[in-house]
Amino acid sequence: MMIEIAKYLIIAFILIGAFFHIVAALGVIRLPDVYTRNHAASKAATLGVLCILIGTFLYFYFIENHFNSRVLLGILFMFLTAPVAGHLIGRAAYHSGAKMSDHSKQDDYKEYLEIRNSKEYQEYEEYKRKLEES
Amino acid sequence: MIQTVVYIAIICIAVAMITLLYRVIKGPTLPDRIVALDAIGVNIVAMVALMSITLKTSAFLEVILLFGILAFIGTVAFSKYLEKGVIIDDDRNS
Repeated sequence: MMIEIAKYLIIAFILIGAFFHIVAALGVIRLPDVYTRNHAASKAATLGVLCILIGTFLYFYFIENHFNSRVLLGILFMFLTAPVAGHLIGRAAYHSGAKMSDHSKQDDYKEYLEIRNSKEYQEYEEYKRKLEES
Repeated sequence: MIQTVVYIAIICIAVAMITLLYRVIKGPTLPDRIVALDAIGVNIVAMVALMSITLKTSAFLEVILLFGILAFIGTVAFSKYLEKGVIIDDDRNS
């Protein structure tokens, strides 16, 4: 009985994971610029791989009777590192000057960079550094 | 029944990897290629997990951790290179 329920759970997790992988690949192909493609790849692919790894863990736990801690470590590791990698790629793409799509309306990071590179802000930073030194 | 579902999932992931490979080859800019390579690394992890189900062995489950770490480090190195032209630098203010 328990094993039957576990089988359906495993099948559900694996199919959901495969579906999200297909969605991520479609997003990377179809979306117009780097930032939206990065959004598709880092979010949907991470959810898909987490579902598939949970399915694998349940398979080895219920059907092979083998508690595998490495899969759990892998789940934790993918969950921690995938958003960090996506953020780093997005930042590097912005600094390397990748163009946004024409449909994008808002660019908040540009305002932040303008404020940070302004003369007043540089003087303020210098003043703060002198205060800390004295 | 699980075997059939796993075969279907493997085919889905293979199709997804071929689709991503198109973006790696064609991608207009360098960041596009890095995004697609990162997604291919994630797909390889899923593929290894499914293969270990079809082969009914837990011998390949360490490979999941290994590929996760390698894909993450590769992505970080690529994006650092793209941002500044160097991978290891001492500049802490940016």
